[in-house]
Amino acid sequence: MGSLSQCVPLGSNTGYREINTVRWVAVKNGVLWQHVGQDLISDSVTLGVLVTDTADRVDDTTLDRVVIRFAGDSGDGMQLTGDRFTSVSAAVGNDLATLPEFPAEIRAPQGTLAGVSAFQVHISDHDIHTPGDAPDVLVAMNPAALRSELDKLRSGGTLILNDDTFDERNFEKAGYETDPREDGTLDGYVVHRVNMTKMTLDATSELDVKKRDAERSKNFFALGLVSWMYSRPTEPTFEWIEQKFGKLPAVAAANAAAFKAGHAFGETAEMFGSQFKVAAAPQKPGEYTNITGNTATAWGMIAAGQLAKLPVFLGSYPITPASDILHELSRHKNFGVRTFQAEDEIAGVGAALGAAFGGSLAFTTTSGPGVALKAETIGLGVSTELPLVVIDVQRGGPSTGLPTKTEASDLFLAMYGRHGEAPLPVVAASTPADCFHSAIEAARLAIKYRTPVILLTDGYLANGSEPWLIPDLDSLPDISSSFATEPNATDATGAPMFLPYLRDEATLARPWAIPGTAGLEHRLGGLEKQDLTGNVNYDPTNHGLMTELREAKINGIADDIPPIDVDGPGDAPILVVGWGSTRGSITSAVERLRNDGLQIDHAHISHLHPFPANLADVLNARQHIFVPELNRGQLVKMLRAEFLVDAKPINKVMGVPFTGAELIDAIREGISQ
Amino acid sequence: MTDVQLDPTKRGYWTSDQEVRWCPGCGDYGILAAVQFLHAELDVKREDTVFISGIGCAARFPYYMSTYGMHTIHGRSPAIATGLAISRPDLNIWVVGGDGDMLSIGGNHLIHALRRNVNVTILLFNNQIYGLTKGQFSPTSEVGKVTKSTPMGSIDRPFNPISLALGAGATFVGRTHDLDRKHMIEVFRRAHEHRGASLVEIYQNCNVFNDGAYESITKRDVRADMMIDLVDGEPVRFGADNQRGVVMRDGRAQVVDVADVGESALVVHHESSHDTTPAFAMSLLATDNVSPTPFGIFRAVEGPEYGEYSEMVNQQLLTANEQSGPGDLKDLLRSGATWTVS
Repeated sequence: MGSLSQCVPLGSNTGYREINTVRWVAVKNGVLWQHVGQDLISDSVTLGVLVTDTADRVDDTTLDRVVIRFAGDSGDGMQLTGDRFTSVSAAVGNDLATLPEFPAEIRAPQGTLAGVSAFQVHISDHDIHTPGDAPDVLVAMNPAALRSELDKLRSGGTLILNDDTFDERNFEKAGYETDPREDGTLDGYVVHRVNMTKMTLDATSELDVKKRDAERSKNFFALGLVSWMYSRPTEPTFEWIEQKFGKLPAVAAANAAAFKAGHAFGETAEMFGSQFKVAAAPQKPGEYTNITGNTATAWGMIAAGQLAKLPVFLGSYPITPASDILHELSRHKNFGVRTFQAEDEIAGVGAALGAAFGGSLAFTTTSGPGVALKAETIGLGVSTELPLVVIDVQRGGPSTGLPTKTEASDLFLAMYGRHGEAPLPVVAASTPADCFHSAIEAARLAIKYRTPVILLTDGYLANGSEPWLIPDLDSLPDISSSFATEPNATDATGAPMFLPYLRDEATLARPWAIPGTAGLEHRLGGLEKQDLTGNVNYDPTNHGLMTELREAKINGIADDIPPIDVDGPGDAPILVVGWGSTRGSITSAVERLRNDGLQIDHAHISHLHPFPANLADVLNARQHIFVPELNRGQLVKMLRAEFLVDAKPINKVMGVPFTGAELIDAIREGISQ
Repeated sequence: MTDVQLDPTKRGYWTSDQEVRWCPGCGDYGILAAVQFLHAELDVKREDTVFISGIGCAARFPYYMSTYGMHTIHGRSPAIATGLAISRPDLNIWVVGGDGDMLSIGGNHLIHALRRNVNVTILLFNNQIYGLTKGQFSPTSEVGKVTKSTPMGSIDRPFNPISLALGAGATFVGRTHDLDRKHMIEVFRRAHEHRGASLVEIYQNCNVFNDGAYESITKRDVRADMMIDLVDGEPVRFGADNQRGVVMRDGRAQVVDVADVGESALVVHHESSHDTTPAFAMSLLATDNVSPTPFGIFRAVEGPEYGEYSEMVNQQLLTANEQSGPGDLKDLLRSGATWTVS
């Protein structure tokens, strides 16, 4: 392995054309370093550490970096695409390392494995060591590129295909006997099939450019798309196109049009860039699979149906970044799962509540804007005391906000986003795989306490993946509950009667009597109900009583959830309290601070309402309490209000997760004050 | 419990113990009675019957039935009923609401329930006014209507609920009125028997905020000349001496004297016609409350091309089961690439 040996001005290295050469490029502190040592020339590439930076870096968390690999035919301009992406990334201040790879032959037959050209870039907002191990994203411009490069893509990674090149002829050239998009080859990856060639031709159809030249612009379409996903600035690329192709205005215009089209497609199709990743850690023995948060959520819903012995019903309306749950669940009708794509968010939750009345385990999945629309129906669920799970895959807000960017700013919405006194349990998942268990937990609470439950995940968890130790089914809880089948009281004459609001003494839950059950006919509604009978009632005392009963029922759940588990000594002077997808960043930051000698605990809250019963004790007697959140300080206000502790917020609202370094800096600053 | 409450063939069996609280003289009483009498005739069980409503005067309806029921939120009853119908195709589900509930705040859910053809019977109580909120104009109020919110007269053009339902692809569309129990029962019966979504518009009098809105059509002494009874397979004729009829002229339905055109020129009503054009034209025959107005069943189509929604949903479940076998959670969790760490 070589070391950094040469410094050249940024931007002068465009369009590498060496044959049979592997070159590493690294940008440090805004300066482009490169190495073209002979010792790196080889036919095959071995990935490894190149940049011999001597700084002590124990943090190899991969939360805040991404490795992208562009692959296509040697004529597809992949090197140019990768180089442009690298340049704009350097310009925005990312550290990066790149790895171009070319075919050994100057003109290998088009569409063949021998002709595949690839360019890998690793971008990060902290110091990086390598061009990345396994790429997180693979752009494959044809089947040969897919076949040649797929094994490099990390499990669960994102695959962007130029769908237009996937035909019989190219399958044959690439050595595929069947369509890899359909035969299971791509299982376990997040696949985006994009008609890049067609859309490039459409985008350039108005220009005075030959079809062949127009088609050659498709690499700029790919560049535009990936630039959208990773929020790269567009202006430098337009300037570069102008400079490079100024003498060929038609070509310049075609490239610019293709770039714009790709960028616009990313925006319109709401392609996600931010991906959840966790550092490799020692793994427990067992069978693993790679799972995204949305898939884990969907599987958790199916599992919950099995564990509850109830048919699953999902009423949903497509919304980024939640739609994949609907897609995944729709594939599993053989579990008796009914999925209903409604006309709007309100109908999605309405249908779910109707199904709950009929005895289904009912879910609705959405993101923040959808929760806002569903609020009134959720309130009806609180009033009718029917089981319902509302899953909010949070995204940047307010309003349409940042649909493809992550944020955790719906906690208050989940807690308080209904009119009237309408408390309900709020549960949050903290890793992609945790979405599975959280969906089951949300269902357990909904069924047992006959209440709507809001489960919070976010775009980062939803689209991110992690290796998951597949649970033993016997370890999953029995969450079943029985329907009422018999009258539960007698009237003044001693005749049997049914009181739909006669509560279980322990849980305060009311009976779930479903249509079809003779003798238990009753009417539910949103008007205040008389205690026990459920009849419409306007009596002031009764309204007070019912309000308190509904609240006491939810508060009682605190005794039915696990105590909060503290990572650390348990009595450290510093406590970091988190919730949701910040778990990875906080864990990484806390570990590094401990390595630096700090006494620090980390408590991560899964049940945000009600809080675990031991939370007061956990917060007690700390010198510093920090609450990092991807919002402007929501949990921190809840903790201060409920426990009167001097918890300090650490906030970030930029559509991306915390980096470990940001948290470390914020905590250090906080304790120095 | 009294004897009638034990006999499903008696109205009392279908009546709840709750005091009915509509204004005295409200048209809703007649509709409630018709629905209860109909159920006393139907071969359905009380426990299998569900009434779902939204918000409004009409929406109090479920409280007065001794069946299962749900008084939900404004406009959403078709959506809530859809979820129940999909998951419980065994039930006899009715949706009840007024013109504000169904056509204004809930217009979207209504048209989608109709186009999906979910097996629910929808009763649209149309009194052309907001009653519960004390007298604002509704989406079916006539232009120029003076109300508290429109002191200078409403400038909104009204919906024609029948045209709207036909436009949404409804497979059953009927109209009746609150003064004729027998007619209501027959139209409700047909709507109930229909496999799919049925919409019945009921001309209903709000005697407090819009009294007499339909008087010039439905009052006993003018009915013969103002109500056009749609009879399947028959020429459309009406009038005290059956002297008037409806023809199609320039694509529009028009009232004529039979003597002028001869009976053979009259439109023959076919409720099961695949082509909605004649029914649509018939729905537009009267656009006010002073012209002869068709009543009865405008459209009633069934067959493979009008599949019922919950049946199709559940058929897909069966098909998936046949194709992939019953779902196995253990296999599901291993359906992606897996590896073992030892």
